[in-house]
Amino acid sequence: MERARNWDMRVFAGLVVLGVFAPLLVYPVFLMKVLCFALFASAFNLLIGYVGLLSFGHAMFFGFAAYVAGHLAKVGTVSLPYWLPLLGWKWLVVAIPPLTPELAILGGTLVAALLGLIVGAIAIRRQGIYFAMVTLALAQMVFFLCVQAKFTGGEDGIQAIPRRPLLGVVDVGGDLTFYYVVLAIFCVGFLIIYRTIHSPFGQVLKAIRENEARAVSLGYAVSRFKLIAFVISAALAGLAGATKAMVFQLASLTDVTWQMSGEVVLMTLVGGMGTVFGPAVGAAIIIYMQNYLAGFGEWVLVIQGAIFVVAVLVFRRGIVGELVALLRQRAAKAGEPQETIGLAKSAG
Amino acid sequence: MFELIGVPPQALFGQLLLGLINGAFYALLSLGLAVIFGLMNVINFTHGAQYMMGAFCAWMLLSYLGIPYWGALILAPIIVGLFGVLIERLFISRLYHLDHLYGLLLTFGLALIVEGLFRREYGISGLPYSNPIPGGTNLGFMFLPWYRGWVVLFSLTVCLATWFVIEKTQLGAYLRAATERPDLVQAFGINVPRMITLTYGFGVGLAALAGVLAAPIYSVNPVMGANLIIVVFAVVVIGGMGSIMGSIITGFGLGVIEGLTKVFYPEASNTVIFIIMAVVLMLRPQGLFGTPK
Repeated sequence: MERARNWDMRVFAGLVVLGVFAPLLVYPVFLMKVLCFALFASAFNLLIGYVGLLSFGHAMFFGFAAYVAGHLAKVGTVSLPYWLPLLGWKWLVVAIPPLTPELAILGGTLVAALLGLIVGAIAIRRQGIYFAMVTLALAQMVFFLCVQAKFTGGEDGIQAIPRRPLLGVVDVGGDLTFYYVVLAIFCVGFLIIYRTIHSPFGQVLKAIRENEARAVSLGYAVSRFKLIAFVISAALAGLAGATKAMVFQLASLTDVTWQMSGEVVLMTLVGGMGTVFGPAVGAAIIIYMQNYLAGFGEWVLVIQGAIFVVAVLVFRRGIVGELVALLRQRAAKAGEPQETIGLAKSAG
Repeated sequence: MFELIGVPPQALFGQLLLGLINGAFYALLSLGLAVIFGLMNVINFTHGAQYMMGAFCAWMLLSYLGIPYWGALILAPIIVGLFGVLIERLFISRLYHLDHLYGLLLTFGLALIVEGLFRREYGISGLPYSNPIPGGTNLGFMFLPWYRGWVVLFSLTVCLATWFVIEKTQLGAYLRAATERPDLVQAFGINVPRMITLTYGFGVGLAALAGVLAAPIYSVNPVMGANLIIVVFAVVVIGGMGSIMGSIITGFGLGVIEGLTKVFYPEASNTVIFIIMAVVLMLRPQGLFGTPK
């Protein structure tokens, strides 16, 4: 286990170095998009890969946090509806000036965590396939709320979100400077996930995934563990969405649709469910493919569907999962003692 | 003219009828999902796409071959059902030994492929399909278009016939037995894999039938199934997939509730079913007609 973790950290350090120099070769906006989706997919993977919960509605956290961050950065002032007996619906207006990017992103993340708490509390009452259907349905509800709510701007979304100086001092108006901010956000999010997986808490999550009844009989409050994992995952998905809103200076309905929930499932599946780096790899591949195929219109949908089918039928462990299995096989042949390489087995 | 709670009866009963029609589609689709899930433990995400294919099949039969609605009503479910059989044999049958979630992911991918192909070919603006029984009658409190009345009665008949076959006949007994213990049923000399394939085809056929029925009411559109299937999932969660009659009652009931919401609080008409789902999950997680596991 110890050696495996060293390996993970070495790979991670290598990727960070790569990330620092990547803008020399690649367009920074594309890189930022990849990083946002890599974080989104990694957050999603925390649930499917380590708790065995397939959320088919993660776009609700991603997209809603984008709206919240966009609103906080552009308008600031928050109006919340509440209901009083006899008086009916009222608005609670909290006057806030337009916020700097880091506070807007933080706000989006916190709201996503809160939304995750509510949705999670409802969804974890069912398991397996029902869990997937419930999250999908609740995400659709959030989608309709976003269509109808005033602050989201309906079909137009929130456009031209200003990117004020970071902390009020550092100018991040340029894409290259903001790229390093996004890279830092990704690293923080990724390390939170990594830490969660490799903590005693994460061990309990894996125990629940492997055999929920056994975890219950060992005295673990399974529902609470699941809910906490769900909230962490939702918050980080929100972090990714809020960051994306600041990158593109746009929050729109696209990010809350069920198609977006499907895309994050696809990224994770392609990269490898239950692997540390798989989701990020999958995100990079799918985003690259979408950019490359942008001119082909509806074929993108067909190709994504085909990738789903192929991945499920012949490639269930994903790219990173297959790679790890291959390395493990080699190690076994070389006579080294077999052990897990810090990567959980493919979710089942 | 009398008014009910400030709502003109024309609007109220009009929405009620539309609610019953949507309820009929919910019932037909959730029935198919429940039958498929019972036997295969697969949630058929392609169900929405197959509903859309039913509508398109009717449209194509009319446009290319001149086969009218009544022919399509029989032919389209058979054609799309055969397509379902092919899908089951080629893809889904390879996943029975795996976690059920893979079945969901596979059928989701298939749905994307089907939807993408139709969108590429026909765009998303929708194609018209003329009403086979135009006209209607004035019942005094509302105007009843013949076609809408036909859809409600016909779907109810199909639902009840399905219930009868599954609960009251020899064939249905085999099916229910195979749902419980496929290995034991196989040991009695019944070809369970073939039964599974045919059941899948039947469930898909029901979805296609709903699609044909929907064609003259809503325009024929490649995205018509995608949004519907999510609502049907919520319907399935609310009802629980344990009981055939439960699926029928939940489907029609939720359609009516949705229709009433459109009259009394239109802002919530899109979300009311999801809200009911959340409430049901809090109070009775296994669903109204489900059995706790």
